[in-house]
Amino acid sequence: MELILPIIVPLVTALLSLALWRSVRAQRIVSVVGSFALLASSLLLLFRVWEGGVVAYQVGNWEAPFGITIVSDLLSALMVVVTGVVGFCVSIYSLGTDLKGREEYGYHALTSILLLGVCGAFLAGDIFNLYVWFEVMLIASFVLLALGGERAQMEGAIKYVTLNLMSSTFFLAAVGILYGISGSLNMAELSLALARGEKTGLYLATAMLFMVAFGIKAAVFPLFFWLPASYHTPPAPVSALFAGLLTKVGVYALIRVFTLIFTGDVPYTHGIILTASSLTMASGVLGAAYQTEFRRILSFHIVSQIGYMIMGLGLFTQFSLGATIFYVIHHIIVKTNLFLVSGYVNRISGTYDLKALGGVFRAYPALGLLFLVPALSLSGVPPLSGFWAKLSLVKAGLDEEAFVTTFVALSVSVLTLFSMAKIWAEVFWKDAPHGLEFRHVEGRGRLALPTVILAVMTLAIGLWAEPLFRLSMRASEQLLNPREYINAVLGVGG
Amino acid sequence: MYLLFAVLIWGLYTAGFYMIMRRSIMKLAIGLVLLGHAGSLLIFASGRLTRGKPPIIDEGARVAVEPFADPLPQALILTAIVIGFGVLAFALVLAKRTYDVVHTDDVDEMKTTDL
Repeated sequence: MELILPIIVPLVTALLSLALWRSVRAQRIVSVVGSFALLASSLLLLFRVWEGGVVAYQVGNWEAPFGITIVSDLLSALMVVVTGVVGFCVSIYSLGTDLKGREEYGYHALTSILLLGVCGAFLAGDIFNLYVWFEVMLIASFVLLALGGERAQMEGAIKYVTLNLMSSTFFLAAVGILYGISGSLNMAELSLALARGEKTGLYLATAMLFMVAFGIKAAVFPLFFWLPASYHTPPAPVSALFAGLLTKVGVYALIRVFTLIFTGDVPYTHGIILTASSLTMASGVLGAAYQTEFRRILSFHIVSQIGYMIMGLGLFTQFSLGATIFYVIHHIIVKTNLFLVSGYVNRISGTYDLKALGGVFRAYPALGLLFLVPALSLSGVPPLSGFWAKLSLVKAGLDEEAFVTTFVALSVSVLTLFSMAKIWAEVFWKDAPHGLEFRHVEGRGRLALPTVILAVMTLAIGLWAEPLFRLSMRASEQLLNPREYINAVLGVGG
Repeated sequence: MYLLFAVLIWGLYTAGFYMIMRRSIMKLAIGLVLLGHAGSLLIFASGRLTRGKPPIIDEGARVAVEPFADPLPQALILTAIVIGFGVLAFALVLAKRTYDVVHTDDVDEMKTTDL
């Protein structure tokens, strides 16, 4: 029951929001209550998985591998919990944002559907089912991105839609070939079937198709160009939701597929991932250095951070995977918060342009501090959450003697600090440029509350990293010993 | 038969990729359609091509006798077609709206968000 609640709750929320189409006020209440219920149910799931190990549910009582399986190990449960956190924070934040009539056209229902797709993807135990959840998530994100119809949004949406549909095409083709060589779609069964079968050229080709498909979704070098072209165009809560969750679903899918299914030729496949990770880190941060638009800088940093996450997957040890999981969770919280702060600054000043901004710290000192917490955490300054995330990845890199990648990771971290310092200096510290007037806006508390929640979480993870670290390590242990996962899905001895 | 399928799928993928690299936004949409069809046929072919052997289990038997047509790829394709149709409908409306807002169908002119 705990297992399907994170899917049922956003579904019911979305349907209720649609039923209450005429009343924006009622939709707002439903959206906040629904996202809180999602958070609560996700915590329940995490508790259940922590206590009792991997849980699986066979939809319609069709035995695995014939039916559709919903399954959660610790990694899935952790991801669902952060999804709940982000969903809750963004739904409160939306109440304080001027959405310019978007709420009348199903904004709240769409965010719930997006959360539904994300949670479904994390809990899918069947590779075709994963594809379907990806599509649910994608179609909701397409509409959210284009909703409002501003010129920049349309241009961004064309690129976003095209590249993501390309990725779906690759994904679908890969699923088809995988079914052809193994005769199954259930991920647990696939893991067994491919371990038994011969590693032919087709095996590697399929693995590469999956890597390209998820690489586009996760914005891995050289497939990331759609991301900085589109993420800065929709309203702030939408970009925060995208920045926090969407690419991480791609990273999750990469982790799942390359720990459970394609582990037959680790030096080759994971070697490619490791090389891609260095290039992703470097290209993202260098792209950010050139930008002067608040959210475009942050968008390029998403790319560079994705590099860190797949670095742990590329190293492929228990410690490095644990570090990756820790990094993903830290990153979702921090990145969402940075986008929320950028939206707050935009709300009071009316612009995202660094040149037109200034003097925010003098006018709003608390907002400056709220920016500093996630910004310093992103660049890995102790004692914030990003420090432990980077420290463990660097340690994993040195343990595996991947010196080049580790060196890149460390230098990119310095450049990230430079980038954050640039935003700090331009937006918060320098004197307000001529002509910039801060507006007094209503409902600032609703903008501030989610950023405070996320900042406190960043601090808490930083000062008290042990519990989350242990969770991540347990999750990576489960990933590298998939027996427990397979037994939970197929029944003991399956 | 497999050779024919392989050539057909190859042709659809080639045409699809060619079309999405064109600058016109409508050709981009057509390219996405072709790629979707190519993917569906690829799934169909990878589920083995069998003629006139329905997957029906004989009375008294517990499993079907090989060779039989695998019904699963067809279910997958059906799902993929439905999803593809919905996404295409959205893409076409998006193309129209973009044309209304940007006043051109040339993708090369849509670079303001990249700078």
